[in-house]
Amino acid sequence: MSKILDVRDLHVSFHTYSGEVKAVRGVSFDVEKGQTLAIVGESGCGKSVTSQAIMKLILTPPGEYKHGEVLYNGKDLVKMSEKEMEQIRGKEIAMIFQDPMTSLNPTMTVGKQIVEGIIKHQKLSKAEAKEKAIEMLKLVGIPSPESRFTQYPHQFSGGMRQRAMIAIALSCNPNVLIADEPTTALDVTIQAQIMDLMKDLQARLGTSIILITHDLGVVAETADRVVVMYAGKVVESGTINEIFAEPRHPYTWGLMNSMPKLNQDRSEELSPIPGAPPDLLAPPKGCAFAARCKYAMKICQEVDPELTEHSKDHRVACWLEHPMAEAYRKEVVEGRESV
Amino acid sequence: MSATEKKEPILSVKNVKKHFQVGGKKILKAVDGISFDIYPGETLGLVGESGCGKSTVGRTLIRLYNATSGEVSFKGKNVHELKGKELKQLNRSMQMIFQDPYASLNPRMKVMDIIAEGIDIHGLNGKKREDRVIELLETVGLNKSHATRFPHEFSGGQRQRIGIARALAVEPDFIIADEPISALDVSVQAQVVNLMKKLQRERGLTYLFIAHDLSMVKYISDRVGVMYLGNLVELADSDEMYDNPLHPYTQALLSAVPIADPSLKNERERVILKGDVPSPIDPPSGCKFRTRCPQAMDICASTIPEWKEIKEKHFVACHLYN
Repeated sequence: MSKILDVRDLHVSFHTYSGEVKAVRGVSFDVEKGQTLAIVGESGCGKSVTSQAIMKLILTPPGEYKHGEVLYNGKDLVKMSEKEMEQIRGKEIAMIFQDPMTSLNPTMTVGKQIVEGIIKHQKLSKAEAKEKAIEMLKLVGIPSPESRFTQYPHQFSGGMRQRAMIAIALSCNPNVLIADEPTTALDVTIQAQIMDLMKDLQARLGTSIILITHDLGVVAETADRVVVMYAGKVVESGTINEIFAEPRHPYTWGLMNSMPKLNQDRSEELSPIPGAPPDLLAPPKGCAFAARCKYAMKICQEVDPELTEHSKDHRVACWLEHPMAEAYRKEVVEGRESV
Repeated sequence: MSATEKKEPILSVKNVKKHFQVGGKKILKAVDGISFDIYPGETLGLVGESGCGKSTVGRTLIRLYNATSGEVSFKGKNVHELKGKELKQLNRSMQMIFQDPYASLNPRMKVMDIIAEGIDIHGLNGKKREDRVIELLETVGLNKSHATRFPHEFSGGQRQRIGIARALAVEPDFIIADEPISALDVSVQAQVVNLMKKLQRERGLTYLFIAHDLSMVKYISDRVGVMYLGNLVELADSDEMYDNPLHPYTQALLSAVPIADPSLKNERERVILKGDVPSPIDPPSGCKFRTRCPQAMDICASTIPEWKEIKEKHFVACHLYN
């Protein structure tokens, strides 16, 4: 497997009236060809900023790429000019957004919005582009694509709009598709349709997908690998089986415990994560999760843990991983299992 | 909860319809004849896709909308015929928690005044107003210092707690929670759900819990009703509903819920529904679900299926069970 996208130690900040908000504070991960990587975390953890940074969609200022690189096929996107990025955006890396209601242009027909990208990147004539656009609408499962081509976004339902967004994103055969909460605004039945469509298209076109979501259920059903983010950092990453069968970071445990299982006993209480994420205007000195962590030790308040390798693919940033904390970790894990 | 079943229902809904007139002569039948009972101390979950009318049901019960026809009786009195003193009493015993914690609190009022508004209106000044508000804040896991702040200073989860405190201020018996956790992060959802369950245990509250997150609904509800295009299609105890769903729509809905366990990924049989929910302005004839139903028959197009008790306490409206 070859890496198509490699994000290395990315830092992104925003300069606001109240100071510098460190939204992304050293994020590293890579995406392999044809695979789906899921980035999970709560709102404000920096997952959307990371994805926008890959596309260079962050307005500078107020944003700033402080440090790090985003290697796409070996080329660093952070250093590219806007003109060079135009050749990447849409053609090589495409994106679909959370809210299909606001991310389509309401004053343009859906067809025109698909054709736009095709003409720009593929040098086709208008008629050829239209043919291709109708083919794309058919591909994403929109019935009677010829008449839909001339309709406006308000004439589409939510699920249909998300399909149209996918058609736009895939019209130029991108190598990487970034899907930022693609199904959050949709009902479960429509969500199932869209996730199925994305999987199906991935199998046919070999696209790599970065799926950004907070829904662990969606992750479990679609992703190959998972990155868990908290307060602008990666706290755990690994293959889907490692993360779900053997999560190692207390934050990942917390996320999993807060959701009721379908067979959960109703008399049992859910175990939420107490408190709220830290303010990234002034991130804490030690581990950002320490204040909400049941198992925090003294060192957690003082020094931020590095991302260390537990096994080949499985990385965790937690002081419990340190060899000196081995006995305590054992106790913690046993305590967790007996509950 | 078997003990509650023998009691008189606290709220009884009989063939309630709520139609809206849209764009001239067209009629949107948001709720088209639904009937159910809610018993004291239980939680009834109401699920369905967006546009199925579940929020309209909640709003019609509490008289934010006037029903087009049908009867809602709360503790034996018809909600839509109450006037004067009795109406005021109803407003006290029935409260609502809204979905969007950002839009449902007045941004220009302090938390103290938001929570105390109901206390003032109903003249419940037994204790000092301030003490009462502080007590309520502590009940929902906030504290004294929060009383003098404005809503924008709070996170979504905290705002939802303020919304709950506001509802509790007038000591209601029955709370309609319209998607109270949909706008919150998972870890915070669990905080709010735990709080709601704790309050129910301590105060014997009755809930109507409207949501589209099926695993959360199963966890919090004693019974669950499934709605589709303005009608209830199935109603049963929540374990029964999830273990043994009868209506094809319920089956599809349950199978579409993603499960956070990759080892089950390939074992599950999924029913993926085709297409979208039809427009409620011009719904299909007969059974409204027939256009998307994998098991539709000829009779489904011509006849509206009857709402029947198939098993004890398990109601369904589907021709497959006639």
